[in-house]
Amino acid sequence: MFYRENGQFKSSYRADQAIFPIAQDRWFVIAVVLTAFLAVPPFIDQYWANAVILPFLVYALAGLGLNILTGYCGQVSLGTGGFMAVGAYASFKLVGLFPELNFLIVLLLSGFITAGVGMIFGLPSLRIKGFYLAVATLAAQFFLVWMFNKVGWFYDYSPTGMITVRPIEFFGVLVTGPEAGSAAKYLFTLSIVIVMALAAKNIVRGRIGRAWMAIRDMDIAAELIGIRPLMAKLTAFAVSSFYIGVAGALYFSIYLGAVEPVEAFDINRSFYVLFIIIIGGLGSVLGSFLGAAFIVLVPILLKNVMVGGMGMASGTAGHVEILLMGVLIIFFLIVEPHGLARLWQIAKEKLRLWPFPH
Amino acid sequence: MAFDLFLLEVVISGLMTGVMYALVALGFVLIFKASGIFNFAQGVLALFAALALYDFLSEDGWFFSLFGFTLPVWLAIPATAAIMIFLAWIIERSVLRFLVKQDQIILFMATIGLAFVLEGLGDLLFGSDVKPLNIGIPQGASDWALDTFNLYIEKLEIVAAATAAVLVIILAIFFQKTRIGRALRAVADDHQAALSVGVSLDKIWVIVWSVSGIVALVAGIMWGSKSGVQFSLSLIALKALPVLILGGFTSVPGAIVGGLIIGVGEKVAEVYLGPYVGGALENWFAYMLALAFLLFRPQGLFGERIIERV
Amino acid sequence: MNDRTQDQILLEVDAISLSFGGVHALTDVSFDIRKGEVRSIIGPNGAGKSSMLNVINGFYHPQQGTITYQGQKRSQMKPHEAARGGIARTFQNIALFRGMSTLDNIMTGRNTQMSKGLFWQALRIGPALREEIENREFVEHVIDFLEIQAIRKTPVGKLPYGLQKRVELGRALAAEPTLLLLDEPMAGMNLEEKEDMSRFILETNEEFGTTIALIEHDMSVVMDISDRVVVLDYGRKIADGTPEEVRANQSVIDAYLGVSHD
Repeated sequence: MFYRENGQFKSSYRADQAIFPIAQDRWFVIAVVLTAFLAVPPFIDQYWANAVILPFLVYALAGLGLNILTGYCGQVSLGTGGFMAVGAYASFKLVGLFPELNFLIVLLLSGFITAGVGMIFGLPSLRIKGFYLAVATLAAQFFLVWMFNKVGWFYDYSPTGMITVRPIEFFGVLVTGPEAGSAAKYLFTLSIVIVMALAAKNIVRGRIGRAWMAIRDMDIAAELIGIRPLMAKLTAFAVSSFYIGVAGALYFSIYLGAVEPVEAFDINRSFYVLFIIIIGGLGSVLGSFLGAAFIVLVPILLKNVMVGGMGMASGTAGHVEILLMGVLIIFFLIVEPHGLARLWQIAKEKLRLWPFPH
Repeated sequence: MAFDLFLLEVVISGLMTGVMYALVALGFVLIFKASGIFNFAQGVLALFAALALYDFLSEDGWFFSLFGFTLPVWLAIPATAAIMIFLAWIIERSVLRFLVKQDQIILFMATIGLAFVLEGLGDLLFGSDVKPLNIGIPQGASDWALDTFNLYIEKLEIVAAATAAVLVIILAIFFQKTRIGRALRAVADDHQAALSVGVSLDKIWVIVWSVSGIVALVAGIMWGSKSGVQFSLSLIALKALPVLILGGFTSVPGAIVGGLIIGVGEKVAEVYLGPYVGGALENWFAYMLALAFLLFRPQGLFGERIIERV
Repeated sequence: MNDRTQDQILLEVDAISLSFGGVHALTDVSFDIRKGEVRSIIGPNGAGKSSMLNVINGFYHPQQGTITYQGQKRSQMKPHEAARGGIARTFQNIALFRGMSTLDNIMTGRNTQMSKGLFWQALRIGPALREEIENREFVEHVIDFLEIQAIRKTPVGKLPYGLQKRVELGRALAAEPTLLLLDEPMAGMNLEEKEDMSRFILETNEEFGTTIALIEHDMSVVMDISDRVVVLDYGRKIADGTPEEVRANQSVIDAYLGVSHD
């Protein structure tokens, strides 16, 4: 009854191609964004920020990046952790070398650096596909983590091998470091994520996004109609790595504050982000967000239920968590391989009919 | 002379590790050959098998607490094999049969999920501490090798190499000569087509995953005897990828050759190049090697050339 | 069918030989395609017809022979060059992008005409948006032409076979091709669908002047719409001429009736 397209006629292609052609969708998203910007900051506290909201935003961004590469362009990558590391260490070194540089510029540069690295490791994709490409990205993953562990220059020769973020101000407001306020961190990260999500949505709707999907669906036919696989794949790697790099920089600077490469960016991180996009929905911007929400919230929920509610030891709870994650992944792949995003779409379809049964 | 000997020892040590890799890769090849699935959970299967075996053998296992006695080695191993077959059956029923026509990537990710399930299960059931696995394989250095060639080789590694050789021969015969072997090759080529000529996909998959499970058991025994049963066993799965790249995803001899090359390559690189770059080259060398290989020969040494048709 | 007597040759293949391992797909095949004509390639199954199209397209590279397109002679075509040079095609087994809608599939056909870079795409205001809308307009013309407005937003995987073939034609047409290669565009269609498809092919040829090379098994269609026909059998050319000439040719009759070869 409320969710109807009736009467919403589009009289121009421009209107038809808008991100949210249905008015109700538009209002909903605007409401969500306004709430996020206005209603959340007064109530946000350190626990919520650190445990839930910041990781959600950062992982959504990383998921977006990986989705571009794997979901839209069909290039499997297990190197997400390594690329996040590139972004993190790039931001660390940039701030160290150019302390006066605006933090936003630092983030953008970290993204570009990661894009460059991503393109290099993406070159093999021109000759290899599928699992074989996954191996190439594994090479990237293991090599990069090893490099950040071994080469002292990256961690300023600190004896622990860890890097810690310096307190950085953004137009006078502290956004990194232990003194920074949760609201400041939150708003900063939120803005970046929303802008980048918008950009991503624009790109995938246009010529480049279509080229990516063509390569994903049938790369031979794509080449034969004039799409250049080289350009398309490298662009995918570049854009994807840019997003993942920025996510990595935020992961380090704003969310964690201090990292050690093996623990923070190892192969498990790559799997984590992969799961986000599988569960959220391959080839969907919304899916990246839904998947991130799911992956961040479910373990917390489980832990509260198991350790808090059922009194399980936290070690055991950790094992059960892994077990349940595996079950959920298999469940999703069987039941809805297109993830939460598809379920969302189906829900909207049903909503169109509501309150009528069919 | 001494230098040569050292290099030889490094190479042999690499070969031995390579045999271990090959054992795990073998399990991969079987499943891939017969179902087109890249089973990421292969390493965890080896771990799980080793854990189960340990449980049958030792007094702090479930078996002992349920029945009051432990099994002798010659009973424990078949018992574990039975468990692996049972596991294969469950996996087929609860996961594989629902994913029949899906893309390879979905299947691959399902096996990642499977790996997580088995890992969590293994940890819950058997605990995550390191367990020594002693099934009577002779330990220590081979005196014969020391005396005859002045080389340090572990007896365990010789046993592992011999076992791998036997396994390969058995499997090769199995695939080439038997009716089931042929059916498996048909299934690997095309699920639909195989179904349409009456091959029972379910049965085939249970068989393949069982065989793979038993191969995993052997791998688990070897690795477990060498360094104890522990979680890192499952990480071997990742190492198997470069092995498969080199050998080709569908070739049994390729898994062996690939394993040996990776094993030797890693060891030699670590020993000779490692000191210059701070060590731990083994973390990534295999992958870089595989990557280099891929660029020149995407189908591996023994893999089938893919001709694409439009 | 038309009786234009333009002798301008658009494409010429000369002494093309193609083999895969030991299999000889094409042996010493030569023929030409004149600008503006409808040229059918026929022959029994396995004669090498699709391989021939693949060679023209640049997907397969012949071991011997040359391809002369628009006056430029090459020993092999690159897919990219072919596409940018105005060669478009459809495929025997439908090569649509299943994850996308009809509209998006046809829009990919416009890819060679669109060029605005990443930065503008991300912003989507200004140049990229204008380009998108211009191309959308063109694609809508193609959609109108092929009468597929109703399935614009449907994911192509959900469409029935006949409509998929039509969408594939749309994608090829969207590229504004000079030479259109059609690989069994009417396979698996009923009479009505075939008539529609023939109509589209003829209109494309007559109204837009597109040169068409067509692989087809239905003889009545071939006879009806072709200007000239080339016949392949076991990878060799066995006849070349107007439909009437070819129909009367004894070796063609033998090939189809399966007289044994030496």
